[in-house]
Amino acid sequence: MNLAVETFDLNRTFKLKKAKNKGENGNNNGKLIALENANIKIHQGELFGLLGPNGAGKTTLIKILATLLLPTSGTGLVDGIDVVKYPEKVRKKINMVSGGEHCGYGILTVRETLWMFSQFYGIATKVAHRRIDELLKILKMEEFAKTKIGKLSTGLRQKLNFMRGFVCDPKIMFLDEPTLGLDVQIARDVRIYIRTWMKENPERTVLLTTHYMAEADELCDRVAIIDKGRVLVCDSPQNLKKSLAGEAVFYIEIPLSVNGMEKFGQIPGVKQFAYEHKSHLGRTELKFILEEESAISNVTESLSGNGSKIISLSKMEPSLEDVFVALVGRGLKNEN
Amino acid sequence: MTNILKRAKENLRTIRTAGKLGWAMESNWTDPFLFAIYSIVRPLASSLILVVMYYVVTRGKTGMDLFAYIYVGNAFFMYVINVLFGVSWVIHEDRDHYQMIRYIYISPIRMYYYLFGRGIAKMVLTTVAVIITMAFGMLVLKIPVNLLAINYPLLLFSVAAGIFIITCLGILLAGVSMVTAHHSYALTEGMAGLFYLACGAIYPIDILPVWLQYLSKALPLTYWLELVRRSILGKSLSPTLSGYSDFQLILIMAATTLILALFSHWVYRSIEYIARKYGKIDQLTSY
Repeated sequence: MNLAVETFDLNRTFKLKKAKNKGENGNNNGKLIALENANIKIHQGELFGLLGPNGAGKTTLIKILATLLLPTSGTGLVDGIDVVKYPEKVRKKINMVSGGEHCGYGILTVRETLWMFSQFYGIATKVAHRRIDELLKILKMEEFAKTKIGKLSTGLRQKLNFMRGFVCDPKIMFLDEPTLGLDVQIARDVRIYIRTWMKENPERTVLLTTHYMAEADELCDRVAIIDKGRVLVCDSPQNLKKSLAGEAVFYIEIPLSVNGMEKFGQIPGVKQFAYEHKSHLGRTELKFILEEESAISNVTESLSGNGSKIISLSKMEPSLEDVFVALVGRGLKNEN
Repeated sequence: MTNILKRAKENLRTIRTAGKLGWAMESNWTDPFLFAIYSIVRPLASSLILVVMYYVVTRGKTGMDLFAYIYVGNAFFMYVINVLFGVSWVIHEDRDHYQMIRYIYISPIRMYYYLFGRGIAKMVLTTVAVIITMAFGMLVLKIPVNLLAINYPLLLFSVAAGIFIITCLGILLAGVSMVTAHHSYALTEGMAGLFYLACGAIYPIDILPVWLQYLSKALPLTYWLELVRRSILGKSLSPTLSGYSDFQLILIMAATTLILALFSHWVYRSIEYIARKYGKIDQLTSY
């Protein structure tokens, strides 16, 4: 099968300013290692997810593949073309959408913006108009077609940015957290569109980065989990979750408790432990991956001994987030 | 041949599309009437400043020839200020203000044509401003210009060449802008100031110190302004440059322009590589 994206030992380090030189993750002699020997293979027609917490190296990888950034070493191929040596050729095959941005030429309308980018990509007039109409309709933006971008809400601007990426119908699309900051309904529209777009043409490929595990689980054919610049594992969501089949995953809620959380990881039978403080709810959510189900009694005893009242306890089917916790020993949101 | 035509078509499309974007930015900030008034008043006001300064300093004793020399040079120097700014500032605008540079940069267009296209609106508006300024000079200040005696082919050629030269300079500065912060607009202003000083915009280059004359003679803008003056006024006040025929001046301008174009290309590509290496292409600098 043809490969849409392939990387060989891709490395990227950033020099840090002096003030930031001490004690950061991946920091080595004033350098931040954003990518470390990243090797991935994405097949043509695949919707590939790159999962990891903020700062894991997802955006760095996309920027390198999208020809915005040079790697420190290693090779990146997009549709078989070297991104360092032939960026102009790569650009004819790709596009990119970054989520959580407020970008846009405020003086142009939605339609004018889409038209402008269709022209930059050499789309024929009739095709461009048809595609713009389709995008406006599918993403429910018809009523805003003549609205200047400066007057759009943040969510609608993001939606426009998403449409901008798809108006040129690239062979390979890089989506960097495309639903970040979007409300539930708009995010749903975006996910539906991605799926529909992929189904229409089997040659299309998407590399999607996200830290929403459910989104990756729902959309992706395969996912790679990345942390601190290293690709830890790569497989289908089903296979990754199966890897935890012999283990039990429990969620426990206790009243907000900021200190001394690490000791719960030492409870006998606990394979991995992660937590997330939900200050707005006054609760702390604990996640335990246990070697076997019976170990939950050790957990509840330890919590009771610690004076923590258990608000809720539930056993869950393993999710991709559990896979992440099992691999790196912490959740996506806590920084321990 | 087909490839060349295809590429030319793509580049023209880029220029046209970027030109529309540039025009929207230049004109959409207000209603058309106010925009028209602004476009007329602004160049007149800047010219009147020069006129007042000239009469205060010289008390009108230097004669109409020198005044015409200064007035024409100053009017056409508007191209340098506006087009230089219009082309080079695109990087800052797209990166920091609109935050669209990453999407422009990764699109399959050639950035030189995009930058040129974005500068077209400034070129058009500057052309209007120059015409208004010259008309005001002829009608009100009695600048000795005979419309029937103007060498129009030479004037048109000179203006086109000037725009190309200034675009090359703008591309050079656009390259520098890729690795400099938002407030480095002073660089563009400084460059324009240097050219104002060294290119014979308001006085013949002969009065400059010898070492500065070397710079003047290396800059194609010097020959461009001389050709513009010759085409409009029919004469030159610079002893150094008047020794050259029009054709010789065109040849010298072409040679210096070629060197400038190659230098601009080298600077832009080198800095673009550095910007990609250090992740500066889309790094916000509005701190």
